[in-house]
Amino acid sequence: MPDVNKKFKPGSFALYAVLYTTLTFCALVTLVPFAYLACASLKPLDIFFDNLFLPSGDGLFGVGWDKLNFDHYVRLFAEEGFTRPILNSVFFASVTGVFATLFAATSGYALAKFRFKGRDSITNLVLAALVVPGALLLAPVYQLLYWFGLLDSYAGLIIPALAPAFGVYLFRQATINSVPNEMLESARIDGCGEIKIFFTFVLPLIRPMMGAFLLLTFLGCWNNFIGAQIVLQTPEKMPLAVAINQLKGVQGTDYGLIMAGTVVSILPVLGLFLLLQKEFLSGLTAGAVKG
Amino acid sequence: MNSGYPRWAPYVLVAPFVLVFGVFMAYPMLYSAVMAMQQTYGPKASQFIFLDNFKNLASDPSFWTAVRNTFVFAAGSVLIQLPLSLGLAMLLNQPQVRGRMFFRLVFFSPALVGTVFIAMMFGLMFNKQGLVNFTLHGLFSSFDPEFPWLDQFVMGSLIIAALWQYIGFNMIYFLAALQNVSRDLSEAAMVDGAGPIARFRNVTIPAIRPVASFVVLLSLIGSFQLFELAWVLLNNSSGPNEQGLTVVMYLYQNGFISFDLGYASAIGWVLALMLMVFAIIQHKISTAGEN
Repeated sequence: MPDVNKKFKPGSFALYAVLYTTLTFCALVTLVPFAYLACASLKPLDIFFDNLFLPSGDGLFGVGWDKLNFDHYVRLFAEEGFTRPILNSVFFASVTGVFATLFAATSGYALAKFRFKGRDSITNLVLAALVVPGALLLAPVYQLLYWFGLLDSYAGLIIPALAPAFGVYLFRQATINSVPNEMLESARIDGCGEIKIFFTFVLPLIRPMMGAFLLLTFLGCWNNFIGAQIVLQTPEKMPLAVAINQLKGVQGTDYGLIMAGTVVSILPVLGLFLLLQKEFLSGLTAGAVKG
Repeated sequence: MNSGYPRWAPYVLVAPFVLVFGVFMAYPMLYSAVMAMQQTYGPKASQFIFLDNFKNLASDPSFWTAVRNTFVFAAGSVLIQLPLSLGLAMLLNQPQVRGRMFFRLVFFSPALVGTVFIAMMFGLMFNKQGLVNFTLHGLFSSFDPEFPWLDQFVMGSLIIAALWQYIGFNMIYFLAALQNVSRDLSEAAMVDGAGPIARFRNVTIPAIRPVASFVVLLSLIGSFQLFELAWVLLNNSSGPNEQGLTVVMYLYQNGFISFDLGYASAIGWVLALMLMVFAIIQHKISTAGEN
């Protein structure tokens, strides 16, 4: 058995037990709310609070499986028209994600690899912007969007999100760490144009950061509430986070419907994360940890 | 530094970001200082009242309630959540742990769920007949089986929900930082007879100090902008007796429900100044450990 730790001592069995018990307990506490949510979305309203998780019955494991159904989901799409907010969120999150990532990458690259007038002031502004609370900008951006006639439009939601200071900072670090100067110089000697250099030589090297930041931005937009709540007015334009809040309290709280809506809203991002988790988690900490 | 590129190249690369940043970040920030001296009714009508907004804020009991609640929430987040995140990271960092990837994934997963959706889930969890009461009553039979969390323990409920949401997110940062802790140094300390507490204080803490202070700052900035979780969990209100009123919620109510964007900007500035103080302190702490 090659991978048994050499420092394993007999006394550390207790340590093992404590370690795994604690980790498993924490993992359960993390996962139970998801299970609770999933069960709630399948339970009919008349027996909703009869059992905590699944309704009791005479099926397998003493669960009344036959009492569960997809009625809440059917109602969600057929009566509440939930397809529209999903499409709105997909549109908003992908367009913002792609352009914000692209703009952040080109700027981060320019700040890292070029010497030009204004470079230092831009770098300092980017760093200063990291501490500005988003809430401070709500009122003046609203006023600005009113002047531009962009209220109640997706342009008013997307355009202000295309200047991610945090992203520029991340891409500046990523470029410094992973793009060698010699490569850029030899590409120029070969007569390669600047735009082509960025897309064919630089982009592949900073791809992990592109993936991480794209996902981060996508997630931020998908989960964004306050922006849409303030900028948009027409109910049909609302993204998921606002639409689900509007399901609440029409006639009392319809927990079944709301939980079905929540499942539909969080499944896509959980799936996306599972696919891209490695890139995402390493990108997330890249800004904070040196090396 | 490179040479041999056309002079326009860096400007083209930073142009999209700088343009959007200037219009939707730098300008609104400056303009919000102007707005903070105005009384407005929506984006159309405004008049200058100079420092009256700040004078009114100083004697506005709701504002002070909001500040107090926000401090309670931030203290709860930093003092309860971060030590737990660090503890979890240290458990996961033990060399014997198998399935580290799995646990990391599980603990991180709630951070992907948008705050509005978390509020939906915890609305049901904190329901009188929900999971939290059921579990606590099952463990301690003296616990009120129908305890009204969202009527009588609002800030505590919010801290619990945020704990579930962010413990894994912060853990990722601590875990990355712990990889920087020199194993040699740690073992040398062990050989010299340093106990676990002494090793934690003299080896681990100095090594994770820069990341830890960064996480504290991130956590403070996030907690001070608490809005959505409280707003949605309390059914689009500040809760009974303003128990759940936060600074950003008060900003939102004034700016986008009563439509006084000026007063909202003044609140935004007070918030920004508080965060700036934290950022300066963080900078002092993280650079104090250097040399």
